[in-house]
Amino acid sequence: MRTFVELIAQLDRARGTNDKVHCLVSYFRAAPAADAAWAVYFLSGRRIKRLLGPAQLKEWLAQASELPLWLVEETHAHVGDLAETVALLLDPKPNNSPALSEGLSHWVDTRVLGLRDLDDTNRQQAVVHAWQALDAWSRFVYTKLLTGALRIGVSQTLVERALAEATEQPRAVIAHRLMGQWEPTPDFFSSLFEARSAEEMASQPYPFFLAHPIKTDPAAELEAINDWQIEWKWDGIRAQLLCRQGARHLWSRGEQMIDTAFPELLEAAQHLPPGTVFDGEILAWRDGVMPFAALQRRLGRKQVSAKLRAETPVRLLIYDLLELHGQDLRSAPLSERRVQLEALLKDCELPLALSPLASAKSWKALHQLRDESRSRGVEGLMLKRKDSVYGTGRPRGPWWKWKVEPLTIDAVLVYAAPGRGRRANLYTDYSFAVPDGDQWVPIAKAYSGLTDKEIRRLDRWIRAHTIQRYGPVRAVEPEQVFELAFEGIAPSNRHKSGLALRFPRIVRWREDIAVTDADTLAQAKALLND
Amino acid sequence: MTIDALIEPSAHGLYCPAGDFYIDPWRPVERAVVTHAHADHARTGSQHYWAAVDGESLLRHRLGQDISMTPLDYGETVHFGPISVSLHPAGHVLGSAQVRVSDGNRVWVVSGDYKRDPDPTCQPFEPVACDTFITEATFALPAYRWPPMQEVINELMQWWQANAQAGRSSVLLCYALGKAQRVLASLPAPLPGPVYLHGAVAPLTTLYREAGVAMAPAEPVSQATKEEDFSTSLIIAPPSAAGTPWLQRFADPSTAFASGWMRIRGNRRRRGHDRGFVISDHVDWPTLLQTIQQTGAEQVYTTHGRAEELVRYLREQGLNAAPFATRYGEEDE
Repeated sequence: MRTFVELIAQLDRARGTNDKVHCLVSYFRAAPAADAAWAVYFLSGRRIKRLLGPAQLKEWLAQASELPLWLVEETHAHVGDLAETVALLLDPKPNNSPALSEGLSHWVDTRVLGLRDLDDTNRQQAVVHAWQALDAWSRFVYTKLLTGALRIGVSQTLVERALAEATEQPRAVIAHRLMGQWEPTPDFFSSLFEARSAEEMASQPYPFFLAHPIKTDPAAELEAINDWQIEWKWDGIRAQLLCRQGARHLWSRGEQMIDTAFPELLEAAQHLPPGTVFDGEILAWRDGVMPFAALQRRLGRKQVSAKLRAETPVRLLIYDLLELHGQDLRSAPLSERRVQLEALLKDCELPLALSPLASAKSWKALHQLRDESRSRGVEGLMLKRKDSVYGTGRPRGPWWKWKVEPLTIDAVLVYAAPGRGRRANLYTDYSFAVPDGDQWVPIAKAYSGLTDKEIRRLDRWIRAHTIQRYGPVRAVEPEQVFELAFEGIAPSNRHKSGLALRFPRIVRWREDIAVTDADTLAQAKALLND
Repeated sequence: MTIDALIEPSAHGLYCPAGDFYIDPWRPVERAVVTHAHADHARTGSQHYWAAVDGESLLRHRLGQDISMTPLDYGETVHFGPISVSLHPAGHVLGSAQVRVSDGNRVWVVSGDYKRDPDPTCQPFEPVACDTFITEATFALPAYRWPPMQEVINELMQWWQANAQAGRSSVLLCYALGKAQRVLASLPAPLPGPVYLHGAVAPLTTLYREAGVAMAPAEPVSQATKEEDFSTSLIIAPPSAAGTPWLQRFADPSTAFASGWMRIRGNRRRRGHDRGFVISDHVDWPTLLQTIQQTGAEQVYTTHGRAEELVRYLREQGLNAAPFATRYGEEDE
């Protein structure tokens, strides 16, 4: 555990990605496979099922630190990280606890997963005892593990780079091996060092090839329109459907296996030839595409009831063929893959379907087509070079997404909560409202879009204009107007406003207009019909 | 505010009605008792100042050589009508003082900024028994406890040493008045290289030396020879120097920030410096509570910082506590 804690402290101190990769490589080369496997697991952003909630940990911390719970809460809001709050509130200790000589995997097994077998009293005792024996950094890392995830500013990409260097394997092979489901065992870690095996591929999706957003006019940038395959940009869940060796799997772009959430798609894939991999978009569909919110109800389900299946029927609109008869087609040009895809799906039945192409004779005509996006329930257009291979990452050039301009409203800041991590002890999590008669109705939360300078200025304003506090949340005077952009708007009975906005973010701080100029709830509702 | 308060907040600063004088006023007044020379406590324009003699040169440097001022020894009493006033060491920076105010029956003490950790550049804080204690609350949350200064200085020396070996200059950003000199006075010989000072730090450091404070040798950056590439140097500069072209003259600089705020990881990361050293000239949570207890005060007012949380905590501990609205802390650490 000590070397892992040191790694985390080094990573925290490291500046720049090269420095971080260097720390990781040294760790992966030296650490026992059992520990390194867990390190890969947590550092690449995977999480174990959370055993203890933050409320419980805070209660235990309050008892262990002999502080009132509200003060622990205030401190947590100020520090912006629960594990760090634990590290800071308890008495300082040197890092000489004998328990630190036990490896990371032993810690995870006995002191984290092992808590499962204990009742609440014994859990509390075990956790508090460990806290009190550890120095601040070890306490921080241990508490992070208890909360299930270790988010400390290391991306999966960095872990891949470091593992590629440590194992001397190609980066893409490592990326592939880290995709999908694996257990953090010593064997898994050792296998990262092995040359690629054939059966390894069977359960694994390919890394998704991503499109770059195009901000300018494609006519100026992309030359001949005939070189481009044009598709609608669906607002669903990007997914790969795999049919290999008698098994079928569905993988989301978030690298999650989502088989259980969409059983009808797997059933439909039974008739496909073995050794087939599709790339497409899962959409909720009834008389046309339904809002993303409808699809969200299906996500993360272990089981989907017949009722839910009926309420939100789904389909997979397929736009690419990555593998056919067990052959990797990714290096074939898109136009060729499309021909094969269309032939394969000629007689296919719903819920699987071919994603249709859009076409236009000129960029100008395409502009007009794109203007239909919102009424068609799509986000815009995809522009893919006909000769493009199915690559990796998100390079500029081969694939572009050309989204329609977002919708906007002017709404008023009503609540603010402190951020986390880099934004700790600044008020950065904002709630916005629109007026409905003499009431303020919350309509969206947004966290991004302001500059650091604006955030600091707004933070000061929030502190000086608080009208009420609810724990860490402050209600502020409804005075500041912000222009919010969002990708879509749908009716919702879960929200007081009756509206759900998709991907809301701040476009600008409208200090030029008064609160009375903000949009009203009626005006926001009118956007539903646009 | 009750009518017989010895000190009350006003639009100009903390005010003593019975003695008709202000403590650390933020607007010009007739009579100003000043706790220390930091800009949020010592402001220009008042007709007459009273302050600790140890800090006289700093105050004149900040407010002008020609200000009208009565320097006071610690413990010396002056009278403002029926009110007697004396200054007592606050341990914050050179010449920093608590203000003891008494009408013969009751004693009120205004802490100014203060700390309890040892500091070779100034007189240590002296607890003053009082009925009412008006305390700063800059770091009044239990997450703020200062590690031993020796530990932090060791870390700082290791950072400097490693940079010097790698041929990188070490730029330490910290408050120009107090923190810079405290660090300079704490550096153990032998040093890995020379120490240079930013133009905002150098004159204040000279005043400290003139006051008899022993510190490591250091020169203004402007007086470095043409050959100096600063690759083994420690350069002490105010935080405002961060990200300015001034830093470009130094070889591949590694920057660090010395402040109590560096206790929190989010603050360290947001600042974007290579290192953050937890060095503060304010009280941390445990010594704040300890100090309140030592004064024996039954009534506590809190000024700048985490005033609300401290007040609630003290009330739960059975003390009579309330926040005072002030403008201090606008230029903090």
